[in-house]
Amino acid sequence: MSYPESYKYTKEHEWVHAEGDTGTVGITDHAQHELGDIVFVDLPKVGSQLTKGETLGSVESVKAVSDIYSPVSGEVTAVNELLATSPEKLNEDPHGAAWLVKVKLSSPEEINNLLPVGDYQTYIGA
Amino acid sequence: MSASTDLKRTPLFDVHTASKAKMVDFGGWNMPVQYSSVLEEHKAVRNAVGLFDVSHMGEIEIHGPEAQQLVDYVSTNKAAKLKVGQAHYSALLYEHGGFVDDILVHKVSDTHFFLCVNASNQEKDFEHIRSSNRFDAIVEFSSERYAQIAVQGPKAAETLQKLTGTRLGDIRYYWFADGEVAGVPARIAHTGYTGEDGFEIYVAPEAAQGIWNKLLAAGEEFGIKPCGLGARNTLRLEAKMALYGHEITASTNPYEADLAWIVKMDKGDFVGRAALEKVLHQGVTRKLVGFEMKDRGIGRDGYEVWMHGEPAGWVTSGGPAPTLGTNIGLCYLPVGKAVPGVPIQILIRNVPVDAVTVPTPFYKRAKS
Repeated sequence: MSYPESYKYTKEHEWVHAEGDTGTVGITDHAQHELGDIVFVDLPKVGSQLTKGETLGSVESVKAVSDIYSPVSGEVTAVNELLATSPEKLNEDPHGAAWLVKVKLSSPEEINNLLPVGDYQTYIGA
Repeated sequence: MSASTDLKRTPLFDVHTASKAKMVDFGGWNMPVQYSSVLEEHKAVRNAVGLFDVSHMGEIEIHGPEAQQLVDYVSTNKAAKLKVGQAHYSALLYEHGGFVDDILVHKVSDTHFFLCVNASNQEKDFEHIRSSNRFDAIVEFSSERYAQIAVQGPKAAETLQKLTGTRLGDIRYYWFADGEVAGVPARIAHTGYTGEDGFEIYVAPEAAQGIWNKLLAAGEEFGIKPCGLGARNTLRLEAKMALYGHEITASTNPYEADLAWIVKMDKGDFVGRAALEKVLHQGVTRKLVGFEMKDRGIGRDGYEVWMHGEPAGWVTSGGPAPTLGTNIGLCYLPVGKAVPGVPIQILIRNVPVDAVTVPTPFYKRAKS
């Protein structure tokens, strides 16, 4: 699966796609592959405040629970309802339809400290 | 030095890595947790057939004129009742009544019993049995002489039958036969840890790779899948089979663990008997019971169980039940509450999430 050039990545395997002051957040294909079959996704409510580096929610595979860390700070403006009923979509389309939340960025410059696609791919050995 | 170089390997290690299985440290063993997908492997076993490398399991053999007396002295079930060729589930206990391990006992002859024990407990079990040996019997640690492969699922018998002259239909459930698989001597036991029909095969380590590959070929027409420990765990949980370190530990006894059926008080003295008599006299205070999540969330191993706003017990094993499409688990609760239909909460990352106790096993295969 390709890693979009326009996304920024974290070493904890999240991605964020910033458009204006809105950032869409997800987990990477590498993350879903490492987790295995995803059976449950726990996400914050619309209106929640996120802080960069703090827990955003969790993803559960058959065997384990993994925290997701927010790559950016800001207010949650949308939550992907698809994942409540079809968590397996996160295995199928982690960079697209299975985004996690949309965030109104309070500090858009935070994006600059995240990994560009090439660095992330080097980091995971892809 | 990396920790992984210290991990023990089964004779099938090269097969697992060649097939790109995801490997994990399981009690000091480098074992496959999944090959493709835990859910797909789980479904293969429920609907067709799956193949498991369980060579990490230990084997202990007891020989001698008083072999049966020793087995009966160190285990809870009644070995004296076993016929040659029959097996049963049993337990090794400490004097205080807690579990040393849960085991399978096979009676090979009047003077030879073959025990299959948990991988991470095998040295402890061996020492435990040997230190209790005041009989005319020899205790042999024979794990190195066996690989073990489990063929499980409704198509397990058909798959295995292609490779053996032993008539599998003649081996009743929890019986075994010594024969050949793919031309190699094998102990073929009609046992398993999945809640599905199937066989567990004990062979020499050097024969394991050949048999593994031949079984995969034999099962191809049924859609056989190699399965890892992930599916082994979801399958056994649906069938409510205990896992050492979870449902059963040194600080739980068979009555609490809902395993009274493997304790036979109508036999002589055995290690732990006095403690169990006391438990029977006083009654247990907690008991294992199944639960199903009602709200969104998965109650996992070790999570607290709450009732009426207070801690009441803990989850021993929990996770998704792929066959049922629900999230299930087992937990210890105060004995009066450990019955189906009781509303409980599982504390999931500090949030109480509604669940309810339910009858077990969660899944029971249709009798053919």
